[in-house]
Amino acid sequence: MTNLAIAANGLRKSYGDKVVLDGVDLAVPEGTIFSLLGPNGAGKTTTVQILSTLIPADGGTVQVAGHDLARRPDDVRGAIGVTGQYSAVDKLLTGEENLLLMADLKHLSRRDGKRKAAELLDRFDLVDAARKPAATYSGGMQRRLDLAMTLVGDPRLIFLDEPTTGLDPRSRRSMWQIVRELVANGVTIFLTTQYLEEADELADRIVLLDHGRLIAEGTADELKRLIPGGHIQLRFAGTHRLDAARQVVGAGVADPEALTLQVPSDGSVRAIRELLALLDEHSVEIDEMSVHTPDLDDVFLTLTGQKKEATR
Amino acid sequence: MNTLTLAMRDSSTMVRRQLKRLVRYPSMTVQLIVTPVILLLLFVYIFGGTLGTGIGGGRDTYVNYVVPGILLMAAATAATGTAVMVATDMTEGIIARFRTMRISRASVLTGHVVGSVIQQLLGMAVLIGIALAIGFRPNATVVEWLAAVGLLALFIVAITWLSVALGLKSSSPEAASNAPMPLVLLPFLGSGFVPTDSMPTVLRWFADYQPFTPIMETVRGLLLGTPIGNSGAIATAWCVGIAALSYLWAKSTFNKA
Repeated sequence: MTNLAIAANGLRKSYGDKVVLDGVDLAVPEGTIFSLLGPNGAGKTTTVQILSTLIPADGGTVQVAGHDLARRPDDVRGAIGVTGQYSAVDKLLTGEENLLLMADLKHLSRRDGKRKAAELLDRFDLVDAARKPAATYSGGMQRRLDLAMTLVGDPRLIFLDEPTTGLDPRSRRSMWQIVRELVANGVTIFLTTQYLEEADELADRIVLLDHGRLIAEGTADELKRLIPGGHIQLRFAGTHRLDAARQVVGAGVADPEALTLQVPSDGSVRAIRELLALLDEHSVEIDEMSVHTPDLDDVFLTLTGQKKEATR
Repeated sequence: MNTLTLAMRDSSTMVRRQLKRLVRYPSMTVQLIVTPVILLLLFVYIFGGTLGTGIGGGRDTYVNYVVPGILLMAAATAATGTAVMVATDMTEGIIARFRTMRISRASVLTGHVVGSVIQQLLGMAVLIGIALAIGFRPNATVVEWLAAVGLLALFIVAITWLSVALGLKSSSPEAASNAPMPLVLLPFLGSGFVPTDSMPTVLRWFADYQPFTPIMETVRGLLLGTPIGNSGAIATAWCVGIAALSYLWAKSTFNKA
């Protein structure tokens, strides 16, 4: 069994009458990217704030990096790194000074601190800007410096709260690359995002959070199969094969122009195998086949929409 | 390393951070040094002749009388600056980062306090230098000088912790700039600019018992040889009390936020 970097049970938080987290359970295996996905106000940032010891939970038990969050917050702090939504750099200090500040606070020796800072500046493409105040950095550079500062102490668990919000597509891609490299080295990433593409691209497991409750959990593909709208598209060499296929399958939308048949399906391997076996049995030859699952956007909109209907 | 060593180490890291910030953003320091100097010149050269006559001398007498008041006022003005800096700092993401790190929590605040105290001692040195140049003539021995500077430093520490707490309590940097305002007025409502026995009864009662008066009387006594009486003990008690309570207040506010 793999160890859990985060194990939360029945996490609760409210501000006055407003319930922000309403019994959230999380299990994040070590060395994976776990993504918390949800619209604004779903409780993502609150979850990160609780898990990273910034604010206390009202209820629930949480273990982070093997330490009890409520009883041993300092041990948790020693194991984690946090890069928040708002850049957590000292803008009056230079990039290099910011990194050295972190090295001092992580109690590295002077020499180790300098070596680490130089290594991170190089890795995050900040060498040229190292001696300029962070206030002069672009958004993407500040975010890179921010993440570099988080990495100074080599944390085993990193919280990334909307790390690419407000970044241009190129900076976003380079951030994704960095995240992948981290996980390749065994680091666990807890990622919150409102970009479905980002979760789809990076995450091993995704949970959907809406109004303080988990409404779905799984891999991106599992989530996509949760909702209708998927289909298998078959293309044939001629009209007679298309007609034959339609008769055999007994369902689907045929397009005589494109010579395609769209068969509604959840897109699972079993459904595909059954469909292919059926056509094979009747000797209907297929030219091309593709599986269309709904993208996460569909899942997201459908699931969060349903939830809203239900609470009304 | 034990907890205390770690706390010391984190605090000295934070002090270095604060000093770098003060160097990068010198306009605040310049303002804190220049404002009291202007006040000193204003009181000596504009009001000094008349006020000096009132206390039985002239402008020369008044220079000697007013310097302790201006010194405290400089510290009170600086408190406003500290409160604003702390409140501004709290709005920055870096503070949230510090809170998620295994570091001594009070070290962030200690950094602010030590930075401000250094800034203010610097301002005080400039102010005393200018005062000496325009006719301030203390007759203190080295020991008396050390005692006066020691008491002023203690006062600065106390008022700085108070302004850190006020800065933390403020909802915004703008609000923080108002909170320590009454402190700037206290030297006026005490023996800072005129002797309290020239005031109406109610005001005089307040002036005699508020914390700034015994501090100003002690500094005046040490530097110029006027009678101190029990002012020294009262002044020290006030400073230690304000420093201790403000420290606890600031620390608990920071931990709660």
